[in-house]
Amino acid sequence: MNDKILIYEKSVPGRVGTPLPKTGRGESEILNLIPEKHRRRDDAALPEATEGEVMRHFIALSVKNHHIDKGFYPLGSCTMKYNPKLNDAAASLPGFINQHPLAPCRTASGSLQIMLELEEYLKEISGFAAVSLQPVAGAHGEFTGLLIIRAYHKDKGKLRKKVLIPDSAHGTNPASVTMVGYEAVQIKSNAMGIITPEAVAAAIDDDTAALMITNPNTLGLFESDIEKVAEVVHKAGALLYMDGANLNAQLGVVQPGKIGFDVLHFNLHKTFSTPHGGGGPGAGGVAVTDKLAPFLPVPVISRKIDENNRLFLDYDRPKTIGRMHSFYGNFANIVRAYAYIRSLGARGLKRVSENAVLNANYLRVLLHDEFEVPYDNICMHEFVLSCDRQKKSGVKGLDIAKRLLDYGFHAPTIYFPLIVHEAFMIEPTETESRETLESFASTLIAISKEAEKDPETVKHAPYNTPVRRLDEVKAARELDVCYKH
Amino acid sequence: MIIPDKLKYTSEHEWVALDEDIATFGITEYAQGELGDVVFVELPAVGIKVKALQPFGTIEAVKAVSELFAPMSGEVAEINKELETDPMLVNRDPYGQGWMVKVRINDPGEWDRLLPASEYSKLVG
Repeated sequence: MNDKILIYEKSVPGRVGTPLPKTGRGESEILNLIPEKHRRRDDAALPEATEGEVMRHFIALSVKNHHIDKGFYPLGSCTMKYNPKLNDAAASLPGFINQHPLAPCRTASGSLQIMLELEEYLKEISGFAAVSLQPVAGAHGEFTGLLIIRAYHKDKGKLRKKVLIPDSAHGTNPASVTMVGYEAVQIKSNAMGIITPEAVAAAIDDDTAALMITNPNTLGLFESDIEKVAEVVHKAGALLYMDGANLNAQLGVVQPGKIGFDVLHFNLHKTFSTPHGGGGPGAGGVAVTDKLAPFLPVPVISRKIDENNRLFLDYDRPKTIGRMHSFYGNFANIVRAYAYIRSLGARGLKRVSENAVLNANYLRVLLHDEFEVPYDNICMHEFVLSCDRQKKSGVKGLDIAKRLLDYGFHAPTIYFPLIVHEAFMIEPTETESRETLESFASTLIAISKEAEKDPETVKHAPYNTPVRRLDEVKAARELDVCYKH
Repeated sequence: MIIPDKLKYTSEHEWVALDEDIATFGITEYAQGELGDVVFVELPAVGIKVKALQPFGTIEAVKAVSELFAPMSGEVAEINKELETDPMLVNRDPYGQGWMVKVRINDPGEWDRLLPASEYSKLVG
């Protein structure tokens, strides 16, 4: 059986999966219900196949793919934790899936109530005063947060020009800063892998709008000087932004809003287990302090109750940065995050972070004899090792990552952060068992030994995947994803 | 690893060759090896002024995008157009066909402040 053909190529004219029910009306009679200008001129070019063929086609694709329901996925800073199916059950309730986004508020109080309560939970978890659930991705949350910072400075009379970013921050941070129109200025972390108040003080001035920190940073280290750093930032009249992509280490342990941060974005699709990967759909809500709340995107779910005693969407916010997305963000993911928080409760969420940190440290210690670990301290939910030692036999981090695929593991994030040579950023998450961690570690150690004895085998991996090494240069230069021209 | 003696180097892994007042810039063999396959090289237009140790372009490889730092100051006199269609020249021949820009320099004194091959080889050794 040729398993590399598209469902369109399997199509046979007239073949039917599920016959449509009889309507009792003629075809032309139904067609006439649709105004002429809205009727399509050509066939819809939909594949025609039986239910069984369709089932086999998509199951085959899902088996080719690597996903969290199939195997370990230690992709650093992406928090590929298991996505409980309970979340999907909640998001599939008829009251949610049949809700129209243009429905009037009075018929959508249940949905609004869910959003309002999720905002409240996120405020409690983060220690901030107000939350918007509108952004639909982490970088979208960054963009929203930075627009809020810009609006704040504009409101105070001076826009300011630059944003400071440590060299251990997420790669999206400088991109978001540039998109908002600020200049990104890099500051170096110290020998321990964290940033110091002194380094910030040396770089900050009255043209600095904000310092943007990923905490814990991409080395998996908590910024232990953060309160002093916040003092320096606020003294210069700037704001402190936290990239919350690594919040999975802090649930119920640290409230970023209470240690000096002014803005935070959540990745509901990471920390709060709403599924992600392949570009979405994400959910990147933003939390802010009291003084920044007036600038949040509209609409805001109002805490006031209207004359009919119902919640409503408030657009009357003169200082708002405006709308950041159509409707109210990725609503189904908002429901999933809500279900996750409700099913775990406060104690459960704290255990999530404790186990995420424990798993990362266990894996770090299993690997730190075979691999170099440049910042080999107690880490948070992830850690970074280096394949520099293995490189002596001509095998790069990239090759080791490819070889891991042969054993059914997704590779960690590689070559990031840039401050570690041949970096492997590993985040096991709390949902993996001790046996899985040990099996991953022993595989990685075996590949390292193989790299020494038989480097050629490692250099040409993978062998067991549906496709071998791709032509990445061609993919970058001549990207063509059209099925037919 | 090849580190030609007649060239000078920056700690950011660019090389520079000087022929009277024309300096040629490129990246070292070590740099291309670290970057991996080069996908795009973005160079300044002819006539643009570049400043020593400031970015003059960007290089995109499969694994990362990096800035290119000018070893010396001056005005861009010529760029390597071949890199537009075949950026992997940087990988195959970093000191030859993989050159990036020729710059008419305005401060020959900058040459003395760059790393000689002996010091650069210690840096990447």
